[in-house]
Amino acid sequence: MIEERFDAIVVGAGPSGNAAAYTMAKEGLKVLQLERGEYPGSKNVQGAILYANALEKLIPDFREDAPLERHIIEQRLWTMDDTSYVGMHYRSEDFNEERPNRYTIIRAQFDKWFSRKVRDAGVVLLCETTVKELLRDTHGKVIGVKTDRDGGTALADVVILGEGVNGLVGQRSGLRSELKPDSVALAVKEMHFLPREVIESRFNLKGNEGVVIEAMGTITAGMTGTGFLYTNQESISVGIGCIVSDFAENGTTPYGLLEAFKNHPSIKPLLANSECKEYAAHLIPEGGYKSIPELFGDGWIVVGDAGQFVNAVHREGSNLAMTTGRIAGETVVWLKRRREELSKANLAEYKRRLDETFVMKDLKKYRKIPEFLHSNKHVFGLYPRLVSAAAQTWFRVDGADKLTKEKEILRSFRKGRSLPGLIGDAFKLARSWR
Amino acid sequence: MTGMVETGVLGAKVEEKLFQNRYLVDAGRPHIKVRPHDTPSKALRSLTYTCPAGCYSLNDKGQVEITVDGCFECGTCRVLTAKTGEIEWEYPRGGYGVLFKFG
Repeated sequence: MIEERFDAIVVGAGPSGNAAAYTMAKEGLKVLQLERGEYPGSKNVQGAILYANALEKLIPDFREDAPLERHIIEQRLWTMDDTSYVGMHYRSEDFNEERPNRYTIIRAQFDKWFSRKVRDAGVVLLCETTVKELLRDTHGKVIGVKTDRDGGTALADVVILGEGVNGLVGQRSGLRSELKPDSVALAVKEMHFLPREVIESRFNLKGNEGVVIEAMGTITAGMTGTGFLYTNQESISVGIGCIVSDFAENGTTPYGLLEAFKNHPSIKPLLANSECKEYAAHLIPEGGYKSIPELFGDGWIVVGDAGQFVNAVHREGSNLAMTTGRIAGETVVWLKRRREELSKANLAEYKRRLDETFVMKDLKKYRKIPEFLHSNKHVFGLYPRLVSAAAQTWFRVDGADKLTKEKEILRSFRKGRSLPGLIGDAFKLARSWR
Repeated sequence: MTGMVETGVLGAKVEEKLFQNRYLVDAGRPHIKVRPHDTPSKALRSLTYTCPAGCYSLNDKGQVEITVDGCFECGTCRVLTAKTGEIEWEYPRGGYGVLFKFG
């Protein structure tokens, strides 16, 4: 039993838990943070891209000492078939700005740095401590947690659950149900090391400029998912993820899929002669708006991946985690200052504030997208093939006249998907995107 | 790490990938257990290829077994068998399990 009573207990030392703990401690609250890993970040996996805006709202001068890899000056979006990619690349000198917008990071290093800031703000962090369950009073209000340490209970006015996608504490306390196989993705990734000059010449970069590639197509073997390749200073993060129920139905192993992606003729040369130093896997909640569970109750709040705060379309998650964590922290500070109870009715303020941010607005906008992507597998197989074949027909000079080529391309689309099918898919996508 | 030879589409051997990783194994206290069964459900059998660390394998009686040493604690197996309840899934004790160097 930890004798001291805290204003708040935060479960987890990832981006959401750190944001919540930091926000509250900065305002003078007594905060206990519990992390099951040996050090913050030791259980966490991400691509990873850091979105400056969400972190700036917490630590405006983070650029001075955060372990940032490269600021992103070029975004490549690829649709791939077995031998080709068709790409949309956007590269701009404008991204070489004083306060860059997006960075690649290495999560284990970044999380350690973030945790140092959190502790400097006054948070008491206990690592190697797994929270087993919530403690409640006779009225059902959450009053603390029980951990796997001997006699390890701790009490607080509110428990903020930033326990990640596998939030067992919340699940097993009945706050939310188990993840559904069709609304969660399994992603695997590897860290490939190369001298920085090699990375810079391969990707046409100077200094700390970086490139990210997001890819979809036949690389996911017909499953709903995407691949990625991010440049770090002296390494490349490469990975691929698909919906869990698709993996179960498809029969392809995650590591087999990753090997195939790494060996794609468009990816292989980018990784040539690199040394792999880690293979990792993690789940990503991708159910979107409709999967968001209850976010608050008497004495508790949910933040980050545990609350399904991921925008799968835009590959955003850590910024939603930091934002939900910050707003949860601000809400608790606000209620404490007003000497209000941390009851369900009062904590509804957290949801009201979230509704006003990009987090809820974006997830709401894309609420139909997860279902669209899961039920329209053409997006991941047929269309990438058709687009690639069309590009090849168009660019190959073989004596055929251009009108014949145009007709051939149109015919291939009609044959592949039929005109009503094409129009239907476009209509469904437009309706989901709205 | 015997019984973990699962090959992917290009013959990727998962144990070669796991070789680079760091783990603190809680010897004798596996955090995931497969419940005793005669015939595995389709969901349980799928773990022999869906587990990203290749922890699950079929024994010669056709039952699914687990060796947790390479586990990423990702939760895929728990999610897939939530309906059938064929596995027991806990986090490792604090400090044990996978230790990502980079994540």
